[in-house]
Amino acid sequence: MSLQVTEATFQEEVLAVPGPVLVDFWAPWCGPCRMLGPVIEEVAGEVKEAKICKVNVDDNPDLAGKYQINAIPALMVFKGGKVVASALGVQSKATILEMLKK
Amino acid sequence: MFDAIIIGAGPAGCSAALYLCRGNARVLLLTHGGSSLLQAHTLENYYGLTSVSGSELYQQGLNQVRRLGATVKEEEVLDLSYDGNFILQTNVAAYTGKALIMATGSVRASLPLPGLKELEGKGVSYCAVCDGFFFRKKKVAVLGNGAFALHEAAVLEPLAATTTLLTDGAALPAESKLPGVDKKITALEGTEHLTGVQFADGSRLDVDGLFVALGTADTNALARKLGLVLEKNYLAVDQTMHTNIPGVFAAGDCIGGLNQVATAVGEGAIAGMEALKFIRAQAQHK
Repeated sequence: MSLQVTEATFQEEVLAVPGPVLVDFWAPWCGPCRMLGPVIEEVAGEVKEAKICKVNVDDNPDLAGKYQINAIPALMVFKGGKVVASALGVQSKATILEMLKK
Repeated sequence: MFDAIIIGAGPAGCSAALYLCRGNARVLLLTHGGSSLLQAHTLENYYGLTSVSGSELYQQGLNQVRRLGATVKEEEVLDLSYDGNFILQTNVAAYTGKALIMATGSVRASLPLPGLKELEGKGVSYCAVCDGFFFRKKKVAVLGNGAFALHEAAVLEPLAATTTLLTDGAALPAESKLPGVDKKITALEGTEHLTGVQFADGSRLDVDGLFVALGTADTNALARKLGLVLEKNYLAVDQTMHTNIPGVFAAGDCIGGLNQVATAVGEGAIAGMEALKFIRAQAQHK
């Protein structure tokens, strides 16, 4: 399962982690986000070498602001606290797996 | 409630409709009256027909699906969502369907506007319902002047500080009360984030968000509203025309490939049969 991350836990759960962390910025009112949700869970169930997190942008506006999220769903891959890959809109599982290899 | 809603009445859409109707499904076929087939003066490479005009083949296809009982409506699709069924909003009404077939035709070339591609997701958006929230109390503009542009503007107006309609040289729609600029656009400003729009006469407008809604809602816009995966601007499908969303199928020019009537008809047939399977499996499940 993916991990819900908040402004309070983002530093510890995402930025402080050396290996790849996928963050799915989403909101409950966003239709395309609901389509992407199951794919993210599928990835979380399969991939052991990366951490899979979700940030609700409604509840965490400061994080959305910091990473300049102006459209969702938005995916970002962090490595050692830095963004190494990002994608906008719903992505296929293959694309997400590819992003995690970067 | 329809069993299947098909967007697009070209060879792919009509072919899908044929198989669905013959499988006893209730079918709604939506078209805004256009198809690249209508531009084909004569076709001489379609099986069994020595020579036929594009418009004649198009009309015969529509007549054929009407005869089989499909409901054909000439309406423009403005919005697309999902709540267990697929909900389509047109310029006339809203419809629901259990399955959806995208046969939306050739992909429109994007506007050759400097900054447009670079600022996507950084102020440039293609979906007001998805992204309008991020522009609360900010200055936004909608690019376009048709029903689709006005629909997007209506979503943004209650949220944004200002909502301006930009027509890029076209006439401002008479029915709109929104502030509008009918000058040609030359470039978008901003590097990290969109900051403004430049016009041909040298003037400019401060904007934080630009929502692109030119012409009718095309494949790209509809895909973003629903959450369909695009690959190089085409709808991504597997070999059986399934998209990434269960119950949504795609066929014809909108999935790329040869852009031929022959392939569109074949893909439409597969999409129609797969949609039929999906609808029947759903009925058994309930």
